[in-house]
Order: sequence, then structure tokens, then C-alpha cells
Amino acid sequence: MMHWTVLPVVLPAMMAAIIVLVARHHQMLARVLSIASTFGLLALALGLFWQASDGTISIYQLGAWKAPFGIILVADRLATLMVLLTALLAVPVLLYAVGSGWDARGRHFHALFQFQLMGIMGAFLTGDAFNLFVFFEVLLIASYGLMIHGGGAERLRAGTQYVLYNLLGSTLFLFALGTLYAETGTLNMADLAGRVAALDAGDTAGIRVASVLLLGVFAVKAALLPLHFWLPASYAQAPAPVAALFAIMTKVGAYGIIRFYTLVFPPDLDLTTGLFGTWLLPAALATLALGMIGVLGAREIGRLVAFSVIGSMGMLLAAVAIFTPEGISAALYYAVHSTFTAAALFLLVDVIRDRRAAEGRLEQVAPPLRGGALMAGMFFVAAIALCGLPPLSGFVGKLLVLDAALDSDLIWWIWAVILISSLVAVVGFGRAGSQIFWKAYQDADPVPPEEAPEGTMPPPRNSVLPMTSVGILLGYVVVVTVFAGPLTRVTDATVAQLFAPQPYITKVLETEGRIIGKAKDAGDPKKKTSDKPDEGGH
Amino acid sequence: MELLVATAIGALTAAGIYMVLRLRTFPVIIGTSLLSYAVNVFLFTAGRLAVDAPPILQDGVEVYTDPLPQALVLTAIVISFGMTAVVVIIALGSYLSCDDDLVDAPATQPEAQPAPEAKRGEAPS
Repeated sequence: MMHWTVLPVVLPAMMAAIIVLVARHHQMLARVLSIASTFGLLALALGLFWQASDGTISIYQLGAWKAPFGIILVADRLATLMVLLTALLAVPVLLYAVGSGWDARGRHFHALFQFQLMGIMGAFLTGDAFNLFVFFEVLLIASYGLMIHGGGAERLRAGTQYVLYNLLGSTLFLFALGTLYAETGTLNMADLAGRVAALDAGDTAGIRVASVLLLGVFAVKAALLPLHFWLPASYAQAPAPVAALFAIMTKVGAYGIIRFYTLVFPPDLDLTTGLFGTWLLPAALATLALGMIGVLGAREIGRLVAFSVIGSMGMLLAAVAIFTPEGISAALYYAVHSTFTAAALFLLVDVIRDRRAAEGRLEQVAPPLRGGALMAGMFFVAAIALCGLPPLSGFVGKLLVLDAALDSDLIWWIWAVILISSLVAVVGFGRAGSQIFWKAYQDADPVPPEEAPEGTMPPPRNSVLPMTSVGILLGYVVVVTVFAGPLTRVTDATVAQLFAPQPYITKVLETEGRIIGKAKDAGDPKKKTSDKPDEGGH
Repeated sequence: MELLVATAIGALTAAGIYMVLRLRTFPVIIGTSLLSYAVNVFLFTAGRLAVDAPPILQDGVEVYTDPLPQALVLTAIVISFGMTAVVVIIALGSYLSCDDDLVDAPATQPEAQPAPEAKRGEAPS
């Protein structure tokens, strides 16, 4: 059996344990191990992506148990695309953390970072709903540690809110899984697909509840209005590399929606009709509007970027909610683009906060920044990409979303909200940029040189590695723009695979395991004797 | 039996939600604990209630209980226990460093009203 599929989960897990045990007093060793592990992860992700790029679905049976009795990891096009996106993001983020010294401001940064990667990779790869919950918890508990890394009163308060909100989200997830199991008797996603479709049409109350609860859970993760309250404070207060890594966490929610509602509750299923058009689409548009209004109203640049993340999630989910192949393909392209852009902005915000006397506060003017031209240029590029102005990837993504909306009933709403909110975002980012980079010169000039607060400023950090990391992320954005054609072909193929789930289901359910070879027929949905090894190790 | 379990889940959930909506961290943490108890019992019932039935195959036994929800509940208990420990520690840290245990940030933050003399760029302490 091919073991490649499980390695993106095993590698960071082992490396995190090694870092805790061996390298906890050796900052340098921990850095080397962590960076080596992340580059290894990138190589694995590239390999898996290449393997899945011809439409192959590879599965891994943990403990060689046949599905649905064991836990299955599935590497199809969507999973490998998201795994690759995570690995590509993790490399510059980790380099930034090392270069800026964030990893030395508290303990166990690298171990937590690797555990976080493990949880994200597992969530993308798993083919079992309860295992998805477990990986969600792995990534969340690592993110709790990372969120409060470095300490400080404001950060701890934001951390408390973040943890409490996500605890409630996890409880909701368990309720959804309990309902799902009570109705179908399985939690394997491929098995669920068959059993949900075979449910009696007159007895669907329970499964409807389960599908809406699940949507709610993923909406919490994806920061959909009105469940977005956890995001602005926690992203703005989290350490910059952590906030940049969190850019992928909202996408885990979007991934869950795409995965569950193409596989388990496909669009042609009667019992979930209207869930997307009636509920998700208006909520997504409201999220987009709220995010961009938040950009305009933010008084601190960290919150500004956090609200822009909410706005881009609104755009992404609006594209998902159209729920045509074109819509989901556009959403995947937008996910790739917005992850890199948001991460680059969070890192830039940290550089600005570090060098500016007034830190991130927009209403205070401060002396000019050292190296302001380069930073202003980078901020300009990232802001253009995020607002969706030509020529960068945000524009391409927005065009794809607008194009996908052509067949929707709500086309005027979608077009109006997207276009007006883009304008609002341009104004918001323009105001922030001019306040930080231009207004500084006007007001700071009259200050006599001896009063300039040079002495009070901390010595400048070595900025080569941090700025290189931001440069790598912006380079990704440019690549996503230049190779938009090949990338949309990849997302189109991904969506084609998602909308024809039968090969996935067949592959998962009919691959023989070593332990239960000729397994019993899984026909009775209320069967009481199904067996499954639990994953108590987590 | 069904009525008893359903009532217990309902009461725990209602109490949990009430506590979660409180202002201070301690009742909120109690609330999340109550909710996690509720969901554990709920998961347990997802495999249908069977009294005095073994979960594994034995000779001469006709009625079995579903072992899978029990495994799920075990996992859920371990996770929620760990999560509660984490949130208690973080909330305690937040209480000690902020001098209050409100979940929400206070409405007026010091940097919301920049003083005019802050023009030169000194960050207010």
C-alpha cells in the first residue's frame, strides 16, 4: 500500500514531538528542524498534487481496515490542492517567524506550528466525518497556543474569546455528527453519501437538521455573518505569522462546505434544496458587505486586514453558494488567491507596527518609516490584489465569480454587492495606505531633529528574511495571476471530479483492507453492529 | 428511559446556553462544560438506547448495543476535557493581566480617543 497519503499528517506530528522533546532548549535546532519539516511537507504536497493531477484518487486505510469500518484518508484533486496551498503558505510564514524573531518571544512556537500544520493537513485529507472533527480539534488546540504566543493583556483577552467561541463551535459539530450518525449509522463520508441518498423521502427531518447544523459549524470556521464575531479581534491580536497561517483556517470551513455539500448532500438531493440559494448566498453577500465596511471603519491596521479577510470569505462563499461547477471553480481560485494575499498583508502589518512609532493606529501620524518605499510598494501590491483591481489575481478571481453568477437568479444582487464592496475596499485601503506612508512626511517634517524619537525606538530588526518572506508571498500572488489559465484548468478539473463523486465512493468503499477482507454487506442503514477502531491517540 | 435521557440533554443544553451568554469568563466556562456534557450524552444516544446489552459479539446474545458511539463519546470526553483545561488557563491569564474577567473588551479603549499632543507619534503608554 502506498504510504504517501498519510505522510503529510505523520511528518509534522513526529517533528512536533521531536521538537518538544529534543530541541526545547535549543532555539536554533528547533528552527532548523521546523524549517526542514516544512520544506519536506512542501515536497510531499507537491508529490501528492502531481499524483492526483491525472484524476487518480488514492486512499490510505489506517490500520488496513476496510471502509467504512476503519478511518480512510483520501487524496483526490480537491484535498491535494488544499494540502499544496497549505504547504506553500507555511514555508514563507515560518521563515518570517524565524526572521522576525517572533518564534523566540514565547515557548514552543515551532512545536505548535507543526501541530497546527498536522491538523490542517489531516482535515483536508480525511474521508471520515468524525476524524474531521478530531483534526479540527488538533488544529484548534494548536491555534489556541499560537494565538496567545508572546502573551500580553489584549492578546490574552482576544484569545479567551477565540477559544470560547471555538469550543461552542466544536460542541455544535458534535451535535451535528451525533444527528448524522443517528440517522444513517455511519460517519464515513463516502458511505454517508450512499445512505443519505437512500433515505426514506418521508423521514428526512433528522437529516435536514444534521445538514443545517453542519453548515452552521463550517460557517463558524469560515467566519460567515452572523457567526464571524470571533475573527476580527483574534486575527488582529494574534502574532503576525500566526495570523498569516490562520489565513488558511477560514478556508478549512469553506473546504468542509464544498466537500460535504458535493459528496454527502449533493445539489440534486431534494432534502437540502434551497439551503444554498435561500440561506448561504444572502449570508455570504452580507458577509462581503460587512467585511469591506469594516475595512473602511477600522482604526487599526491589523483590524483592517482582519475585516478584509471576512470580506474575502464572503466573496468566496458567495461563489460557493451559487453552487454550479463554474461557481465552485471560481471559489477555489479565489481561495488560493485570498490565502496568499491575506497572509502577505498580515506580515506587512507586523513590519509596519514594528517600525512605526504609532504602531498600527491609523488616526495618529508618525515620523516616516525606515525603508518606507519598499514597504509602501509591497502594501500597494497586496492591497490591489485584495481589493480586486487589475492586473493582479484578485481581479481575475472576481471576474470568475461575476461570470459564474450570470446564471443565478440573484445576479443583480451579487453583482451590485461585489462591485460596490470592492469600491469601498479600495477607499479603505487607500485611506490606510496614505495615512501610514504619505501623511507621515507632511506632519513629521516640522519636528526638529533632536526631538525626533530616534533614541526611544528599539534598534531595527534584521529585515532581510522577513521582507523576503513577504516577497515570496507576493510572488505567489503574481504567479497565481500570470498562470491563471493553468490554475483555472486545475480548479475546473477538481470541480468536475467533485460533481461526479461515484469514482470516489467506489474507490473508498470497495478497496479491500487486510484485516476485514471480504467485509459484510453494509446495506442496513440502522445496523447496530458496525465496528470501528477509535482514534483515542488524539 | 428515552424521556429521562432526552430531558437530561435538554436541561443541560438550556442551562449551558444560559451560562454561555453571561458576561464573565467563569460562568461561560461552566456553560461550555455543561454543553459538552449534554453533547456527550447526546452522542451516546445516537446509537439508540439499549439497556443491559453487550457491545461485543457473544454466544447466545440476540440484542447488542452500538459500540461506535461509545468510542466516539470517549474521544469527545478526552478532547473536551483538554479544551476546558486550556480555556481555564487562558482565561486565568487574561484575568490576571487585564484585572477583570469580562469576556468582552471594555467599550472605551484608551487608543480610541487620540490626544492632540500625540501628534509627534509617541505611543501612549
